[in-house]
Amino acid sequence: MSAANSVALTTAATIAVGPGTVVVLGVTSAIARALAGEFARRGHDLIVCARDSEETNAIACDLELRHGVRVVAKTFDAEAFETHAAFVDECVRDGNSSLEGVVLGFGFMEEQPVMQKDFAIARRTIDVNVNATISLCELFAAHLEPMRRGFIAGISSVAGDRGRQSNYIYGASKAAMTTYLQGLRNRLHPHGVHVITLKPGFVDTKMTWGLPLPGPLVASPERAARDMHDAIMRGKNVAYIPWFWRYIMLIIRAIPEWQFKKMKM
Amino acid sequence: MPEFSTQEIAGWGRWPRMKCAVFRPEKRRGIAEILEHGEQPTYIARGLGRSYGDVAVNPGGGVITTTRLNRMLTFDEMAGVLECEAGVSLAEILEVFVPRGWFLPVTPGTKFVTIGGAIAHDVHGKNHHVDGSFGQHVDQFTLLTPTGSVLVCSPSENAHVFWATIGGAGLTGFILTARIRLLRISSAYIRVDYRQCPNFDAVLSSIRETDNRYKYSVAWVDCIAKGKSLGRSVLMSGDHVDAESLPASHGDALSVPSRLQPGVPFDFPGFALNPLSIGLFNKLFYARHRTREGQIIDYNTYFYPLDAIHHWNRIYGKKGFTQYQATFPLSGVEGMRALLEKVSASGRASFLAVLKRMGPSSPGMLSHPIDGWTLTLDIPISRDLEPFLNDCDEIVVRHGGRLYMAKDAFTRAEVFAAMYPRLKEFQAVKQQLDPNQKLSSRLARRCGIVDGAIEP
Repeated sequence: MSAANSVALTTAATIAVGPGTVVVLGVTSAIARALAGEFARRGHDLIVCARDSEETNAIACDLELRHGVRVVAKTFDAEAFETHAAFVDECVRDGNSSLEGVVLGFGFMEEQPVMQKDFAIARRTIDVNVNATISLCELFAAHLEPMRRGFIAGISSVAGDRGRQSNYIYGASKAAMTTYLQGLRNRLHPHGVHVITLKPGFVDTKMTWGLPLPGPLVASPERAARDMHDAIMRGKNVAYIPWFWRYIMLIIRAIPEWQFKKMKM
Repeated sequence: MPEFSTQEIAGWGRWPRMKCAVFRPEKRRGIAEILEHGEQPTYIARGLGRSYGDVAVNPGGGVITTTRLNRMLTFDEMAGVLECEAGVSLAEILEVFVPRGWFLPVTPGTKFVTIGGAIAHDVHGKNHHVDGSFGQHVDQFTLLTPTGSVLVCSPSENAHVFWATIGGAGLTGFILTARIRLLRISSAYIRVDYRQCPNFDAVLSSIRETDNRYKYSVAWVDCIAKGKSLGRSVLMSGDHVDAESLPASHGDALSVPSRLQPGVPFDFPGFALNPLSIGLFNKLFYARHRTREGQIIDYNTYFYPLDAIHHWNRIYGKKGFTQYQATFPLSGVEGMRALLEKVSASGRASFLAVLKRMGPSSPGMLSHPIDGWTLTLDIPISRDLEPFLNDCDEIVVRHGGRLYMAKDAFTRAEVFAAMYPRLKEFQAVKQQLDPNQKLSSRLARRCGIVDGAIEP
């Protein structure tokens, strides 16, 4: 941890995350819910959004009760692109123009063999992870840019760092998301809006439940959320979650392609 | 189809350990979806896995873990009633509500249990002689039945389902949400009086004399001590401290010091626990707790001493252990003495036993508390343990006692039926709610609560 931390301290300027409202999209995912909790614990009001209204309401009640902050629940569908503009306007209005930042916590993953056979599922992966990210980020960016503050935190994945036979369609969607966020960061930097790309490794969520993964590499959603919140506060640009995935992916990216294509990963 | 993970799971005693299809829904609707599409012959709910035996183990079937269904929903500040999902743990409730001046109405010796588990076992605590068991502080719950309907249950609505589910070991349905009455407190501290009692008669009379003066009371018994010292104990009686009478050095009355969390990082080898090492530990424990009054300690130290040591169950090694908790009616006190004598003489060294005077029975059909005495012993698993425990069961039944399902891993069906006279009444309600016997566990089959072969 110390090596990663010292690098962070010397290269990243701490951004000023004010006390305003944070929007968490896809809050029914275990990581996004835990990350919403990290903000609520520090006194931020929240707007939490997901497709399933019953679950979103339950999570909003929970966050409000545990942390004593104001939490608004909103229904939103990442795939309903035509509704995004009105939805973002509503978020900005409900945030009483004190919008502090946005967490993109929604995502879609299906098993690789299923996506190979069923293009509709593969396309859905791209729609949710890439197209919805672009649609929503541009709308939020348009509101944040003139305010000259705030952050956009995108939850991408280490899967986007290199295409592997076991999940390259999902990986491709996350690579696109990572590249998109990179460009957005570049564009918004002069306007004081910070864009952070969060790249979790294995996290103990329904995406990984039942997979034969090495236990010590699997982080709890709470641990992942703590590290994500920490990275946002430190003003990092890209953060691997937990930190050691930076080195695992460094090694995986370093393998030459002629060798990599023969490997089973 | 709902995703599951095939895992070998066990209770806190780590025996028996068996392969189950483990589901972990993250949406409240998820349980109904699993029941409908999960393709397992039977299911049982599981919370944090702190019951000791096989009550939340279901080899050849499904286990539905509720830990991700842990949303707190409403809190009525006037009445102190919390409504939450079944997967919320007591630890979470304490973390949120102690700083606001509320405490659990009843708590077992660990806070790492869920509300669902607390209801399914109708857990009791050190205040049973005053406040009864957990189920008596539940206003209402919603129950997803195995046929897919959702029943609202309370002492006045679907009352028979309510009292079958409280203490019903998860066999009537899945608790979705529950309303719990919390207890108002003004400080997070307990004033404790310690009394050393040189033998069994001394501790019994000490409890009889002093229990009515305290909300909380429990005795730790050295069950290595034999002969004249049989039943040598430390009685710990306590009450909540008012904020006004708390010494100023404690600072904020409702916050407690956060503790270091040491853990047991590996399984102890089998020889680590022997009569010598345990005898020494027990002597030290007794010597350290001299009779003294008015000690003020925080609630974690008083209620959850073992929670401070993560994975403390590892000290019993890989083979695991069983916790034998027998509860006797007032008239069965000689049975309790006979049980203690038997365990003490056998050298199946258990660390400390726990002794407590229980209050009136719970209305739960399979709730374990009865007006009398309860004695709890930790016994490491060994090859010849089963016949020994059968002899113990015989003592318990002969004296009108019963075992606690949250702990048990060995008892046979005919013994269980003798211990729980309301079993037939429970089975009738279960038949109504679960005509296809979709909810089952290894314990339920072993104890003959439901039909089915018992896995070895």
